[in-house]
Amino acid sequence: MSARNDTPFHGADDHQHGHDAHGGAAHGTRRGYVIGFVLSVLLTAPAFALVMTGVIADPRITAGIVTVLAAVQIVVHMVYFLHMNSKSESGWTLMALIFTAIIVLIAIAGSLWVMFNMNLNMMPKGMMDAM
Amino acid sequence: MSTQTPPAAHAPVYYELDEHPHAPGASTMLGFWLYLMSDCLIFAMLFAAYGVYGGSFAGGPGPRELFDLSLVAVNTAMLLLSSITYGFAMIAIDEKRQKAVLGWLAVTALFGAAFLCIELYEFNHLIHEGAGPTRSAFLSSFFLLVGTHGLHVTFGMIWLAVLMVQVVRRGLIADNVRRLQCLSMFWHFLDVVWIGVFTFVYLLGVLR
Repeated sequence: MSARNDTPFHGADDHQHGHDAHGGAAHGTRRGYVIGFVLSVLLTAPAFALVMTGVIADPRITAGIVTVLAAVQIVVHMVYFLHMNSKSESGWTLMALIFTAIIVLIAIAGSLWVMFNMNLNMMPKGMMDAM
Repeated sequence: MSTQTPPAAHAPVYYELDEHPHAPGASTMLGFWLYLMSDCLIFAMLFAAYGVYGGSFAGGPGPRELFDLSLVAVNTAMLLLSSITYGFAMIAIDEKRQKAVLGWLAVTALFGAAFLCIELYEFNHLIHEGAGPTRSAFLSSFFLLVGTHGLHVTFGMIWLAVLMVQVVRRGLIADNVRRLQCLSMFWHFLDVVWIGVFTFVYLLGVLR
């Protein structure tokens, strides 16, 4: 969609940005939205079905599958609904997304890790032995 | 304006110091995307808090007793359907069919309203069961996370209604199209956050 030139650095005499009027968000197609929707349904329904029926005896395996399904679905939504690609706004939207994802990962994984260890270490002596 | 010495013919120049015209709204999409990323960080903090407190029941009820997964499944369907109907509204914009745009936006609003009603029903049900936000750290973080998402959907609904009025009054002018594109990103982004909510809070909560 973008009509911008692809040279990474603009010369000082290069006044032409080629900003397109409707920004970097590429428009979807009807086919793209339908594919995204069908994929989302195919990813959501098994996740709910697995948990609600409890077919897999070990809840840890179910939890792993459900987490993977969610991760894939987030990517599907990003690509088909939010039209993420490496080219929109010269890649700046993708850069912002990657940066945010790193911070999100640090915040969530870091909090869980730190608080889990703190809970363990704060536990009274007797309870530690019981574990 | 430009006071620097003219660059030598072969020296690479890495800056643009001269001002040049930008089309109105040319950077709106990138700016709005950055706003969404900051919103994403808010949700990350709330998810982290829920992850830490999600197991602190204080002797009260846990996810297994409280959550009705079939209700959550219906709710997920409402939000997913509202996402695709908004997509169809965006396609109708490309085709410059104003009536179709308004129609799809109205359908989107209906699905959004259904989502909010189901969520409010669930909250009301929980509070009446004595599982309100003050019951335990688990319930505090649950209401904060899911409530913040619901609040976003509520503001999205208000925005949607305002834009529908704007489209009726002014038509599909460039400004309105740009606003609808921003709301499109907002709406789909909320759907992405909801994937995290129904997986992390409800499904994994019941498995816990």
